[in-house]
Amino acid sequence: MSENNQKLEGFEGPGFLATSLDKAVGMARKNSIWPLPFATSCCGIEFMATMASTYDFGRFGAERLSFSPRQADLLMVMGTISKKMGPVLRQVYEQMAEPKWVIAVGACASTGGIFDTYSVLQGIDRIIPVDVYVPGCPPRPEQIIDGVLKIQELVQNESLRRRNSPEYQELLASYGIE
Amino acid sequence: MNSNKEILKEKEYTILNLGPTHPATHGIFQNVMKMDGELIVEAEPTIGYIHRAFEKLAERRPYNQITPITDRLNYCSSPINNMGWHMTVEKLAGIEIPKRVQYLRVIIMELARIADHIICNSVIGVDSGAMTGFLYVFQWREFIYEIYEELCGARLTTNIGRIGGLERDFTPLAWEKIHKLLKEFPEGLKEFENLLVRNRIFMDRTINCGPITAERALQYGFTGPNLRAAGVDYDVRVMNPYSGYEDFTFDIPLGTNGDTYDRFMVREQEMWQSLSIIRQAVEKLEKMEDKTTFHADVPNFFLPEKEDVYNTMEGLIYHFKIVMGETEMPKGEVYHAVEGGNGELGFYLVSDGGRTPYRLHFRRPCFIYYQAYPEMVKGAFLSDAILTMSSMNVIAGELDA
Amino acid sequence: MSSLTQEYITEKLQSKFEGAIQSIEMLHDFLTITVEKSSLKSIMKFLHDDESLNFHFLTTLCGLHFPDQAAQFGMMYQLHNMPANFRIRIKSFTNDSEPVFDTMSDIWPAANWQERETHDFYGFRFHGHPDMRRILNMDSLVGWPMRKEFPLEDPFRGDKDDKMFGR
Repeated sequence: MSENNQKLEGFEGPGFLATSLDKAVGMARKNSIWPLPFATSCCGIEFMATMASTYDFGRFGAERLSFSPRQADLLMVMGTISKKMGPVLRQVYEQMAEPKWVIAVGACASTGGIFDTYSVLQGIDRIIPVDVYVPGCPPRPEQIIDGVLKIQELVQNESLRRRNSPEYQELLASYGIE
Repeated sequence: MNSNKEILKEKEYTILNLGPTHPATHGIFQNVMKMDGELIVEAEPTIGYIHRAFEKLAERRPYNQITPITDRLNYCSSPINNMGWHMTVEKLAGIEIPKRVQYLRVIIMELARIADHIICNSVIGVDSGAMTGFLYVFQWREFIYEIYEELCGARLTTNIGRIGGLERDFTPLAWEKIHKLLKEFPEGLKEFENLLVRNRIFMDRTINCGPITAERALQYGFTGPNLRAAGVDYDVRVMNPYSGYEDFTFDIPLGTNGDTYDRFMVREQEMWQSLSIIRQAVEKLEKMEDKTTFHADVPNFFLPEKEDVYNTMEGLIYHFKIVMGETEMPKGEVYHAVEGGNGELGFYLVSDGGRTPYRLHFRRPCFIYYQAYPEMVKGAFLSDAILTMSSMNVIAGELDA
Repeated sequence: MSSLTQEYITEKLQSKFEGAIQSIEMLHDFLTITVEKSSLKSIMKFLHDDESLNFHFLTTLCGLHFPDQAAQFGMMYQLHNMPANFRIRIKSFTNDSEPVFDTMSDIWPAANWQERETHDFYGFRFHGHPDMRRILNMDSLVGWPMRKEFPLEDPFRGDKDDKMFGR
């Protein structure tokens, strides 16, 4: 399997594993992501399929959808974000507690897709930082799951200090987020 | 007396902002509600959160490139939208569609209707607290996706069919799957019905929840299952038959109260009717001598075989003309309506003979009937308002265009 | 049910609103009547109220823009008499650059949002409408997007290299 299921590095014996705090926390976070589905349009229906019995999203430790931004770790933006919706999305992002990750599902969320029109935001990365993009119009459930696995990889390998780093602060500042 | 008056004076309402992104509202709907405790006094919907400018976009796209836009109207039943659009253009261009193709289209449209109603009804179940039905019946929607994939390669936004016919004939595997669906889906649907239809909790929750009278529904421009739940037997498939629907026998299920339970039941019965229509279509196709036609003979609109494009001059010219959108369209204006998942989905097309429509207006059933929502939930509990909304099957893509 | 015929409708309208009817045509099996804007509302009301006509259902309405015509802005309404299964299309044009039409929302509540949408798209105002605001677009949008001169794409995009795309 991929590096996603990589074994944790550390000192292992019968019944225990000694490793650095970073890695232990990363592993715990990775397997208990609470996603906030921000489903606006077509991709939301594909997400429904991902949630349902055939694809069973719950297998990846994300059984519990957090509809409240306060308790969510992963913002899944699925579908077209219009300019009218933009401020709402940004507010939801700002309400989420750190650490937080964002996945842009589908062409519309990533770039605006086929809707190159006056009313559609041309990609959500114009208002909030995005970690993983999933292409497709709409992407298949397999692709959505693949995107979430990519997020899991990021989560596992993220340094505990990243959110305090000047680079991260700079990134947020570039979006005008305090 | 006096103290009573003071209490009345002091009565305060809560303003509750439901949405735009609320877990219970499946999509982007905002309702600013004035609440008296748990009761809704007033609701004010705001829409347009995923306005994508379909009508403007359609004015800049050649006819065959508009099909993907129609996909995204009511994305729970895209094939119906696609077919409706093809038929509109065919009406404008005066293209006769062979019977076999019409029946194939009927099969696709009825599959889409089943898929649409599966979502709506199972989500009504979820909103009233019954997740299990959704998980059971969604497997059948997955199965219909598989049939779509066999027919056109896509799952959800299908872009199925072309102006003048279908892009390819049904494959043997597709037929096999359709037969499997006809054989096994009734059992699955029955199982789903057994969970909810006579379920005491479900009935208590949905009967008299968000009712609307037939008269009011007509004034508000309701169509489709929502209108039929109120007791009006209006169905475009019967009133203005298209694509050979006049050759089929089917019932139009009707409700009486126009409440959530009736809407649920009408959709449920429509699925059975759709199954019967598919069965009839399959029988008719089997009896038909013609086993290969999948498009009309309209080289101006229908892409030639790839072999012809490479080997014949004519094929190459037609291919070029179609791909570059240089096909001449007649001038005129035409309205064509199909019975979409949510009601009368109409296309009003004005052509000035150019490569793109001059004006294309979609009659979007969701948009028109959603304006009755404040009236339907007035005086109801908040939880009933959520159920009412999901039973109306308001699809954001269709609502906001 | 007595079935409605085209002749009956046109005769009835001609006799009642002589002079206000500009044209009557059949466009792809659809009876289309173009009327004078000033009597649009009364004709619509008559079509709705008259018992033998009984156009009780408003199917759809939308705005139209033909910049090349003298009367460049127009409205299109489609009515349906369900018992007789007869549909009719009413159109009306005006050369006013800031057109004001009478609202139909008091006859058919279904017209309410559709008129707001038309206002949003074309900037028409509807006299007597209970809530004349934009509905789909943001309030801050400048211009009327469905008018022909309005650009489809966001004109403020900086990431498109026009040289490469030949625009």
